[in-house]
Amino acid sequence: MQSPTDHLNELASQDYKYGFVTDIESDSVPPGLNEDVIKKISAIKEEPEWLLEWRLKAYEHWLKMTEPRWPKVDYPEVDFQSMVYYSSPKAKKELQSLDEVDPDLLETFDKLGISLDEQKRLSGVAVDAVFDSVSVATTFKDKLSELGIIFCSFSEAVREHPDLVKKYLGSVVPYSDNFYATLNSAVFSDGSFCYIPKGVRSPMELSTYFRINAANTGQFERTLIVADEDSYVSYLEGCTAPMRDENQLHAAVVELVALDNAQIKYSTVQNWYPGDENGKGGIYNFVTKRGACRGSDSKISWTQVETGSAITWKYPSCILQGDNSVGEFYSVALTKNYQQADTGTKMVHIGKNTRSTIISKGISAGRGQNSYRGLVKINKGAEGARNFSQCDSMLMGDRCGAHTFPYIEINNPTAQVEHEASTSKIGEDQIFYLRQRGISTEDAISMIVNGFCKEVFRELPMEFAVEAQKLLSISLEGSVG
Amino acid sequence: MLEIKELQAKVEDTQILKGISLQVNPGEVHAVMGPNGSGKSTLGKVIAGHEDYLVTGGSVAYKGKDLLDMEPEDRACEGVFLAFQYPVEIPGVGNNYFLRTALNSIRKYRGEEELDAFDFLELAREKADLVELDRSLLDRPVNEGFSGGEKKRNEVFQMAVLEPTLAVLDETDSGLDIDALKAVADGVNSMRGPDRGFIVITHYQRLLEYIVPDYVHVLHDGRIIKSGGKELALELEEKGYTWIEEEAANPAS
Repeated sequence: MQSPTDHLNELASQDYKYGFVTDIESDSVPPGLNEDVIKKISAIKEEPEWLLEWRLKAYEHWLKMTEPRWPKVDYPEVDFQSMVYYSSPKAKKELQSLDEVDPDLLETFDKLGISLDEQKRLSGVAVDAVFDSVSVATTFKDKLSELGIIFCSFSEAVREHPDLVKKYLGSVVPYSDNFYATLNSAVFSDGSFCYIPKGVRSPMELSTYFRINAANTGQFERTLIVADEDSYVSYLEGCTAPMRDENQLHAAVVELVALDNAQIKYSTVQNWYPGDENGKGGIYNFVTKRGACRGSDSKISWTQVETGSAITWKYPSCILQGDNSVGEFYSVALTKNYQQADTGTKMVHIGKNTRSTIISKGISAGRGQNSYRGLVKINKGAEGARNFSQCDSMLMGDRCGAHTFPYIEINNPTAQVEHEASTSKIGEDQIFYLRQRGISTEDAISMIVNGFCKEVFRELPMEFAVEAQKLLSISLEGSVG
Repeated sequence: MLEIKELQAKVEDTQILKGISLQVNPGEVHAVMGPNGSGKSTLGKVIAGHEDYLVTGGSVAYKGKDLLDMEPEDRACEGVFLAFQYPVEIPGVGNNYFLRTALNSIRKYRGEEELDAFDFLELAREKADLVELDRSLLDRPVNEGFSGGEKKRNEVFQMAVLEPTLAVLDETDSGLDIDALKAVADGVNSMRGPDRGFIVITHYQRLLEYIVPDYVHVLHDGRIIKSGGKELALELEEKGYTWIEEEAANPAS
C-alpha cells in the first residue's frame, strides 16, 4: 500500500482534481418550486399515487417551515425559487449493460477513477453510480440478488419493491423532520435502496458514487437501507463534484433501519468542491442522516471523513430503540480556507443497556471554522445505558476556529456518560522533530494529522482509508508554513 | 567536517550564543559541557536548524557547504542528526512507520533505493537489540507513553538506524539510570568510527566515563571558555563549574 506521504507528493501540486464538467444534454424541469414541479418530477419517474401524495404533504409542510439558523455557519440566503429541482442525463430506455451508457458519462467515471469495468473486475465492489439524479448503471446486482439482497436505485425500488419502500420510507426521518429533510421529501430525485434479508451477510461492500453535474441543480438524494434480522451490510458513500462558481445546495436524506441482531456499517468520504481560497463557490451540504437500531442487539456505525463542501451541516444519528443496541459515530472533519462545518451526532438511548461511542476529530486550517455539535440523550426507560464521547480539535495557524457544543440529557440515574474533549495546535515541536529526521514539512504535517485521525481511519474499510488519507493530504497542502 | 566560526544566535530578544568556534573532524568525539543556561542545547538546535533560534553572526560549514543555508530536513539528509533532550510524542504515528519514512526520505535524497517494510523491519529489530530498546516499542506511537529512559533509547535507536555523519547528542544522559546509561553509551560507542563525528552535550561527567571523548569544551555564557582533553571533564567533576568560570573571569590570576 502506498503511504500517505507518497500520495501527498503526488497530489500536492494539483488543484481540485475533480473540477470538470461533462457536456451531457439534461432533461430538466424549469427553475423554481411549486406543486406542478413536484407533480412533474413524480410523473417523469412514473411514481405511484401514494408517493406523490407523500411528496405533496412534505411540500405543504415545508412551506410553513423556516430555514434553521442555529448552526454555527454563515452563508447568504438560499433562493429556493431559482434552483432547478430535477435534471437527469437523457436516457432513451432502461440500460442493461455498460455498452448502452452514454460514452461521455463513462469517460467521466474514468476521470474519477471509478471505471465500472475495473470496479467489477478488480475490487469486488458493487457500484450503484448516481450521475446527477438518475442511476445509470448498477453492477453486481445479479450476484447480490442470488442472496436476496436488493441493491438498486431508489426509483427502481419504488417500482419493483413498493411494499418495502412504503413500509420504511420516512420511518426514521419523517417528512416533517426538519427544513432540509422536508424539502428533500418533496423533491427527492433518486438515490439508493438496499435491503438485506434475514440472516444474510452481504459478501461485499456496497458502494455509491454521487456526483453533482448539471449547473444549478440542487441534488436531493434519498437513501434507504434496511437490514433485516441477523443480517450485516457495509455501505460506502464517496463523493466528488465538479468546480462551479455558484453555490450548489445538496440536501440528502439517509435512513437506516437495523432489526434484531442486524448490523449496518455506513462509511462516507465526502470531497465536494469546497470553494476557492477566497471562499467563492462550493457546495452547501445540508444532510440528514439517521439510523434506527429498531431491534435488540442491533448495531449501526457511522464513519465519516469530511474534507469538502463550503458548508457542512450534518449529524448522522442513532436511535437506540432495541435493548442492547449499539450506536457508533467516528468522524474526521477538516475545514480550510473559508470552509465551515457544523457536524456531530445524536445518540438517543431508548432501550435497556444501550451503548454508544462518539469519536470526533476536527481539523481547522486557514480561516476554517469547525464545530462539533452532539447530543447524548438517555431516556427514562434506558436502564444501564452507556456513552463515551471524545472530541478532539486540531488547529493549524491562528485564523481558524474550533468549537465544541456537547449536549447531554439524562433521564435515568443508571446511565454512565463520559465526555472528553481536547483542543491542540499542531505542534511546531512535532514538525521540527520530524524534519530533523529528514521528513519534509508537508509530509510531517500529513503524518501528524493522519496520526491524529487514526482512531477514525481504522474504522474505515481498507480502500476507503487510503482514499481518506489522500484527501487529507491534498486538503492540507500549504496549510502551514 | 564541521566548522563553526564565531557563531552567535538569539532566541526572541535574548542573545544566547555569543561567538562559538568549534571544529569537528571525522572520527572525533567532542564533549560540550557547561552549567544550565550556558547555551549547550542552543548550540544543538542551531546546528539542526530550529526556526526559533536566529543566527546573528558567524558561520557553520558542514562538508564544505553552508549549513545555515539549509532546511532542517536537508541537513538531516546530509547526515546531521540531533538526539533531542526532550523527544516529542506523536500520537497515532507508529514508531516504525515514522522511522521508515525518515530513512527512506534520506535514502531518496542520496539517490539510494528505498527500503520496503520487510527489509526495514529486519534492520529496525537489529538496531533495537543493539541499544536494548524493547522491540514492542517499535509498533507503538512515537514516544507516546514511553518512560524517560525509553525515549532516550529511542533517540539512540533512531540514530543507529539513520546512521548520520554528524550526531549531536543533547543531554541524552539526563534522567537515565545506570543500566540505561550503559546501554545508550554502548549504542553510541558501537557507532564510533573514522567517518563519523559526535558532539556530546552533557551537564555531568558521568556519561563521559562510558563515552570517552577526544576533546572536552566548557561552555559558559554563550562562549567556549576552556577546551582540553578528556581529563578536563574529570577536573570539572572535581572542582565544579565555578572554578572554571572564575578562571575565565580573571584570566590574569
